[in-house]
Amino acid sequence: MKNKFSLFIIIIFLSFCFFIFYKGLNNSNIYTPKIKDKKNIPIFEAKDFNSNIYINSEKIFEEDIFYIVNIWASWCIPCRTEHPLLMGLSKNQTVKLIGLNYRDNLNNAKNFINEFGNPYSQIIIDYDGTLSVEFGAYGVPETFIIDKNKIIIKKFIGPINKKIVEEIKLIIK
Amino acid sequence: MLANQIGYYSLILGLLLSFLLCGVSIKDLNSRSKQINQNVLSLSFLQLIFVIVSFLSLILSFINSDFSNETVFNNSHTTKPLFYKISGTWGNHEGSLLLWLLVLTLFIFLFLIKSREQPKKYRILTLLFQQIIIIGFFLFVLMTSNPFNYLFPIPTEGLGLNPILQDPALAIHPPILYLGYVGTSIIFSSSLAAVTQNYVSKEWGQHIKKWVLVSWIFLTIGIMLGSIWAYYELGWGGFWFWDPVENVSLMPWLTLTALLHCIIVLERRAALTSWVVILSITTFTLSMCGTFLVRSGILNSVHTFANDPARGIFILIFLFILTVLSLGIFFFFHKENNKNSNNFFWLSRETSILINNWFMMYFLSVVLIGTVYPVFLDVISSEKISVGPPFYHKLIVPFLIPFLLFMSLGPKLKWIKSKIENKNSLIITFVISAMLTFFIIKNLTTDLLFYTVLISVVFFLFFITLKELFIKKFNNISRTVAHFGFSLLLLSILFNSILSSEIITNIKIGEKYSYNNGEIFFKNIEEIKESNFNSIIAYFEIKDENGKIVELKPEIRVYNQPIIITSEADIKTTLLEDKFLVMNLVKGSEYFNIRYQVKPFMVWIWISVLLLTLGGLMSLFKNRYEK
Amino acid sequence: MKILKIFIIVFLSIGFSHLKSGEKNNELKSKILKNIRCLICQGQSVYDSESEFASSIKLIVDRKINEGLKEDKIYQFLREKYGDWIIYDPQFNKNTYVLWLLPLLLFLFGGAIMYKKIK
Repeated sequence: MKNKFSLFIIIIFLSFCFFIFYKGLNNSNIYTPKIKDKKNIPIFEAKDFNSNIYINSEKIFEEDIFYIVNIWASWCIPCRTEHPLLMGLSKNQTVKLIGLNYRDNLNNAKNFINEFGNPYSQIIIDYDGTLSVEFGAYGVPETFIIDKNKIIIKKFIGPINKKIVEEIKLIIK
Repeated sequence: MLANQIGYYSLILGLLLSFLLCGVSIKDLNSRSKQINQNVLSLSFLQLIFVIVSFLSLILSFINSDFSNETVFNNSHTTKPLFYKISGTWGNHEGSLLLWLLVLTLFIFLFLIKSREQPKKYRILTLLFQQIIIIGFFLFVLMTSNPFNYLFPIPTEGLGLNPILQDPALAIHPPILYLGYVGTSIIFSSSLAAVTQNYVSKEWGQHIKKWVLVSWIFLTIGIMLGSIWAYYELGWGGFWFWDPVENVSLMPWLTLTALLHCIIVLERRAALTSWVVILSITTFTLSMCGTFLVRSGILNSVHTFANDPARGIFILIFLFILTVLSLGIFFFFHKENNKNSNNFFWLSRETSILINNWFMMYFLSVVLIGTVYPVFLDVISSEKISVGPPFYHKLIVPFLIPFLLFMSLGPKLKWIKSKIENKNSLIITFVISAMLTFFIIKNLTTDLLFYTVLISVVFFLFFITLKELFIKKFNNISRTVAHFGFSLLLLSILFNSILSSEIITNIKIGEKYSYNNGEIFFKNIEEIKESNFNSIIAYFEIKDENGKIVELKPEIRVYNQPIIITSEADIKTTLLEDKFLVMNLVKGSEYFNIRYQVKPFMVWIWISVLLLTLGGLMSLFKNRYEK
Repeated sequence: MKILKIFIIVFLSIGFSHLKSGEKNNELKSKILKNIRCLICQGQSVYDSESEFASSIKLIVDRKINEGLKEDKIYQFLREKYGDWIIYDPQFNKNTYVLWLLPLLLFLFGGAIMYKKIK
């Protein structure tokens, strides 16, 4: 009968919706941007932390090694927990760390470095947060791994931990 | 603490009563007496009492700041003002579920009292279907969302209510909204009962219309209160964001409005019976679906409630069962009446109501698909997209143009078969509307053609309904008032959107900011300590082009528990326009960031919704009068 | 009946014609900012949000408008950095055909059913 058939179709459709919603429940509803396609590093000019002179991004990333870009700020508490791990990574010969000082006061930032140590071969200033947007970041801390072809291959949102450090060490071998 | 015990056991007793009620009423189904057994009514009343007692116990725990109760601990604080301690009862997930139960039990009891002339079996079946819903909610509360959980050791202070929720409009918004969309449960239950009894007829239509109107009125006002609150509290002068929670309240409103129009056909002719039953089922299903979407954490929104997947699964399963059950009953029991009754002549009022349904279902599908599509896409392909205001505007606004035309012409058609009378006067009205529109907006907007057509059609509806009000066509005045209110609503929204202007700037104390129409002067600030927040009030004088000065006092509040900083806008409302000023701190600077908006006809948006509601009220009381 | 159909088509096409239109700079900036989602306060648009991310985005949009970038290109820039999610207006691509077309299909379907019933 036509009626029974439509009812059947509707129940199938409802079951499908039910299933989708059920699956959807377990997905997080907070959005974090993924790196799907590997992207080139952006081209920019930024002020150097120490010399106060503008440098070109090409100059910053000119060497044929891995780079880690770490976005940090003196007012960011999780940055302090990850800082020792960054110090450890900086001892690695195959990689250079570039610090991006995000929306910070220069004196506070300098005090931070003096107190906790400097893992960065170079620090650039992002006074208003617009440089971080070029990297596709939206908060602190965030860490990007860049390979020898100057492509961003991995991104970590939030402070790095020991597990992540191991992962990074494998990548930069 | 005693309140906790009482509240909890009342819920248990209420649940047990449900089972008892089901048993007694099933027995009564088969009894030969013509009236329902008095026991059924008494038990239903008793169930309502238990829910009321439970609800009052929770309120009492909030008033006493009894932090041995987990819900009170999570949502209240000793320094909350009393009014907000009370309204905090239903401002959280568990408490709002008690509100659900309250409306469910209240409405079925009122239904039993007010339906004494209706067939006995129909009344009992309505009770039974409603009890299925009630049992489901009792189980949901007791198993996943108990408002009476114990905390030990007893904390000395609570975690506090979100200060954004400390607002009078928001305090009464849930109860009124729930009376609306939980009230649709009675329409759901009675439609199913009517279908099984083959009672979907003119008489049933006349009877159920009151309930549809009551739900519709409360739902309309509830949605309006939510918008008013959003305008005064959230965002920068916006009142509708197409946020999932807002959409979820709009969807039952759309189907309920369509249902109302179908009932108008049904009470005259035994036609559109399938539409009525399906819309009744759909409205309540959408209410429950909305409950699911908002409480399960599946959607990302400014104002979602609990984020608990376990609760989501319960509602999802419950919803699925209800939907399959109700659709099954519809397909199994529904009989099309005579074959002729559903054939309409194309130029008739029945057809125009059918066209109304068509458009309403389209608008519903836009809102529904827009709201849930991101979930589907994410599950199926792990792609995340957003669906926001541009989507809804692009798909809805163009269709308003033909919709409004039909809305203007439809009521002019007679039942069964008609022709358009007074064609000339209609054409003249339309030309006047178009010319008026053109002269008003020709200098105001770049999108001239589109807005001219859109606003002309709104003016057309406006003038036609206005004319009917003046010619004193008092039959169907409720419809005229409601449609007039709707045209006024669209006019207010459209002109408000075209004519609003905004200035955003940073300014410090003592500074003056000049713009082309006037000047903003930041006089001074004042710091005041209130019971649970510190307040920074800024005094501004705004001079407009005529030299008239208006004083606005936006405020920044620093709450103590939890520590939140909010901006309170100051709004000066007149019939002509709202002046809206809101202020924010600029980090690390003596400057303040201000946004000053002039919003013409803002208050007319609220007035027109009230007019719309008035139309509904008039229809409700007209029936009583005519009886 | 034919006239009715013609009217509907004319009105709808006029309706959709408004989808392409230009605006002035400040209005343009507000319009764009209302269309961008804030990644920190995820239920709000950048226009409504006071978060740090929102302020950075506001500066960037300002810069791009002054550089003369068209609205579409600005959205494209942000989409490349953050994914489609960040823009409230869903694009019309393979992910969203169903989203945009399903309501319209349902409208036509409903119209067809009604047409059969009335004739």
